[in-house]
Amino acid sequence: MDVREQIKESNKDFAGQIIETPTGGIISGTFDDIVNWARSNSLWPLTFATSCCGIEMMSTASAKYDFSRFGFEVARATPRQADVIIIAGTIVNKMAPVLKRLYDQMPDPKYVIAMGACAISGGPFFYNTYSVVKGADHVIPVDVYIPGCPPRPEALLHSLIALQEKIKLGWTRAQIRENSLASKV
Amino acid sequence: MALTNDIIQQKLQEKFGDAVTNFSQPYGMLTFEAPKEMNLKVMQFLYDDDQLAFRFLTDLCAVHFPDNKGNELAVVYHLHNLVENVRIRFRVFTSIDQPDVFTATQLFSSANWQERETYDFYGVNFVGHPNLKRILNVDEMDYFPMRKEFPLEDQVRIDKDDEMFGR
Repeated sequence: MDVREQIKESNKDFAGQIIETPTGGIISGTFDDIVNWARSNSLWPLTFATSCCGIEMMSTASAKYDFSRFGFEVARATPRQADVIIIAGTIVNKMAPVLKRLYDQMPDPKYVIAMGACAISGGPFFYNTYSVVKGADHVIPVDVYIPGCPPRPEALLHSLIALQEKIKLGWTRAQIRENSLASKV
Repeated sequence: MALTNDIIQQKLQEKFGDAVTNFSQPYGMLTFEAPKEMNLKVMQFLYDDDQLAFRFLTDLCAVHFPDNKGNELAVVYHLHNLVENVRIRFRVFTSIDQPDVFTATQLFSSANWQERETYDFYGVNFVGHPNLKRILNVDEMDYFPMRKEFPLEDQVRIDKDDEMFGR
């Protein structure tokens, strides 16, 4: 299936149900589902880039790729107003406490995307040096990993959509683990 | 008259005699060595002399030679005469067991951070430095990562084949 079709398919559904009445419609649905639907379509990313992946993130934000099409346009320069942190780049030992503090300052619910090889595992070049954290998930929990060095803007968009799907699903960490194990068997 | 390497060498030898050694001109840049107790005197002379006027510290760094017993660490100074546009470089050697070298901060303010960086990576103790603490690495680090005894890469990795990297 065409990717655009796929995106339209997964994004078209409103979580609730509209019951038509002669005087107008009534929205019904699980409150959680509606909240998750609303949340997933307005994720404000934190402007946080520690190396070259940041350039791809800027490209994703600008006119050609334009992640505002999916509800990510309100990039915030303060963690207190952000919902999602995209770790775009290498995290060094000196940056790790800063990253943790930024994450702690973000209001719940908060999400983390690890963008690129450095954020996933310490990177292809700096893997075994004295200064690099070998994966940002040693510091804060990560929701979506994107491989690449750096990942293309399409890959970042894909991960953002994957995060939306994850939020809409509304599962806890344990539920996700259970279900992914079940699907493998 | 333009300032040439030969004039600089001649002036240095007139002033310091046999203390300054190993003059060479790799790629046209005058290079020499001095004893570590004399690093400030040499720099002060190069700074004050009206003809030499090396009044800009371009770079300050260290090199580790583990096989050079007793003189394991070299501190390298790059100086620049901005009027004549001439650069020179000189080194002082120190033992790794007692890596004490006089600070150049009184002469060049720019030496402050560069000496902190050199301390951070090589552990050279700059005597008289106003604020000698780590500048780039975390404060908790208990080793000097650019010394050769610190391995660069995990030696057990087999996925990094040297041939693929042209080494």
